[in-house]
Amino acid sequence: MLMIEANKLRKEYHIEGVETVALADVTFSIAKGEFVAIMGPSGSGKSTLMHILGALDQPTSGTYVLDGQDISHVSDRDLAGIRNRKIGFVFQSYNLLPRTPAIKNVMLPMMYANVVPAERTERAAKLLTLVGLHDRMGHRSNQLSGGQQQRVAIARALALDPAIILADEPTGNLATTQAEEIMHIFRDLHNEGHTIVMITHEPSVARYAKRVITLRDGRIVSDQKQ
Amino acid sequence: MRVLDLLTTATDSLRLNKMRTALAMLGIVIGIGAVIALISLGQSSQNSVASQINSLGKNLITISPGATVSGGVRGAAGGRTTLTLDNAQKIAEAASSLSIAAVSPEYSTRSQVTVSTTNTNTQIIGGTTSYENVHAVTMSSGSFIGQSDLDSSAKVAVLGPTVASTLFSDTTSAIGQTIRINRTAFRVIGIMTAKGGTGFQNPDDMIIIPLTTAQQKYGVKNVSSIAITANDGVDLTTVENQVGSYLLTLHNISDTSSADFTIRNQQDLIGAATKVTSTLTALLSGIAAISLLVGGIGIMNIMLVTVIERTREIGLRKALGATSGVVITQFLTESIFLTVIGGALGIVLGGILTAIAAKVLNMSASLTVPAIVLAVGVSAGIGIIFGWYPAQKAAHLSPIDALRFE
Repeated sequence: MLMIEANKLRKEYHIEGVETVALADVTFSIAKGEFVAIMGPSGSGKSTLMHILGALDQPTSGTYVLDGQDISHVSDRDLAGIRNRKIGFVFQSYNLLPRTPAIKNVMLPMMYANVVPAERTERAAKLLTLVGLHDRMGHRSNQLSGGQQQRVAIARALALDPAIILADEPTGNLATTQAEEIMHIFRDLHNEGHTIVMITHEPSVARYAKRVITLRDGRIVSDQKQ
Repeated sequence: MRVLDLLTTATDSLRLNKMRTALAMLGIVIGIGAVIALISLGQSSQNSVASQINSLGKNLITISPGATVSGGVRGAAGGRTTLTLDNAQKIAEAASSLSIAAVSPEYSTRSQVTVSTTNTNTQIIGGTTSYENVHAVTMSSGSFIGQSDLDSSAKVAVLGPTVASTLFSDTTSAIGQTIRINRTAFRVIGIMTAKGGTGFQNPDDMIIIPLTTAQQKYGVKNVSSIAITANDGVDLTTVENQVGSYLLTLHNISDTSSADFTIRNQQDLIGAATKVTSTLTALLSGIAAISLLVGGIGIMNIMLVTVIERTREIGLRKALGATSGVVITQFLTESIFLTVIGGALGIVLGGILTAIAAKVLNMSASLTVPAIVLAVGVSAGIGIIFGWYPAQKAAHLSPIDALRFE
């Protein structure tokens, strides 16, 4: 079963009359349960691709089918709902709510999905335990280390059991040991059957993935299983 | 999003920056407090002016000699002698056709009053038995002037409470004692209850003696004024006009403009006094409203800063599934929360200010329901109006740009 089907995805920017092609007709698909790393130097279009895959932006042309639903031309309002239920984001700079307890951060997507409060608490606690933070649930985001904050972010990404986990340089701000801990969590999630798409430019991180797609100048230059 | 979630999200973020929240509220607290205090004080002063005027007598019409004439000075009221006891009796005889209940001719002057070594200068009023009804006099002790006192020009006096306490250390024993008005001895037969009031025409600071006695003593034939009580439920202005034209015929004057007397009714007096206080209240409330407006702009200012400061947070919320509508609602909830809490504190502040002012000005004043309703409505309105622009700005941030924002 395919989780992601990208067909001739194209993204153009017009800045002060100058046309820039960030993505040039990119076509690929990702099956359920895959762990894919998207690599490429800066300016290769990997951020643009990740924005489209994350339903944060829409392609100029081409189609993007996520979990069986074509979302290349839906309204902003529907995109918000898709981000909420289908995608679990993990950002480079964690992006937790400032000075807010870990558990409240994990509950946030569930609040936007109108999950009943009792269930939110229960599920958030379970997820924080899963990422090894059962003793840090009430800690505020500013009282946690970088690695701990990123683990909270992973728990948050899993809150609504999304179709894909989309990680954008998840270890970019972390020291090596903490980065390894985070990658072990991703590996475990992959082993449990989660579909993971990870943007990175570090080969040491990419090696955890089972497939590496490399972009350059808005095109796929290699797509290898490993 | 659930209402409870909106409220907790709003309180959470307001709690995160307590200082900023307090400063944003301050303008609203002061604005609402000032508006409430001024409206309450204004209304109470209107009520107290009206009730003081009413305490001088109900449905009251007063005729005084002389006329207001522009382009020249004419004798001061009371200085002319065009009104007579006979006029008053004629009006009283025509009472039913003029829709009036009682007529009180009065002679008024000031005299020195002494009791042994104590003396005071006060207003002396010569009145008839109808004075008691017309001016709503009630007695705290003794009795008012009777018909026999008038018939015999008796030297008896009824004291106002202020005079009584000036002349007698123990007012309860004043009845039956002798006072001297310009060296003539008068026997005290009654003391009136206090009406409250201050100034030159203090209804508590006077002595009432029989009109006949006063005319004899001061050697006059005229009266200084005629007070009339109109029947209940009739229009005071109509009665005033009827009495006026009747008196013109008595004085053989055909031209209204050359009338040798002036008639005023109580309603005009209340109207004039109320107009003054309400104009003043409106003016002060206007000034307070400006401070409220400034408070609202303060809220907008803080919310705009908040939007910029929280750009990343807004981007994150949108990435996690918040629609633009949810973001607008969240920011509006925050600003309405600020203004409503500020408004509530403002009501408390207004209540305190009102109580202090009432104490200092020695009048009864309390928060009025319309003032509170107004304050709550206005503050919620300010929250929506001044919160709208920042909320729009927040909602229209693109999640990508917002997440990149450092």
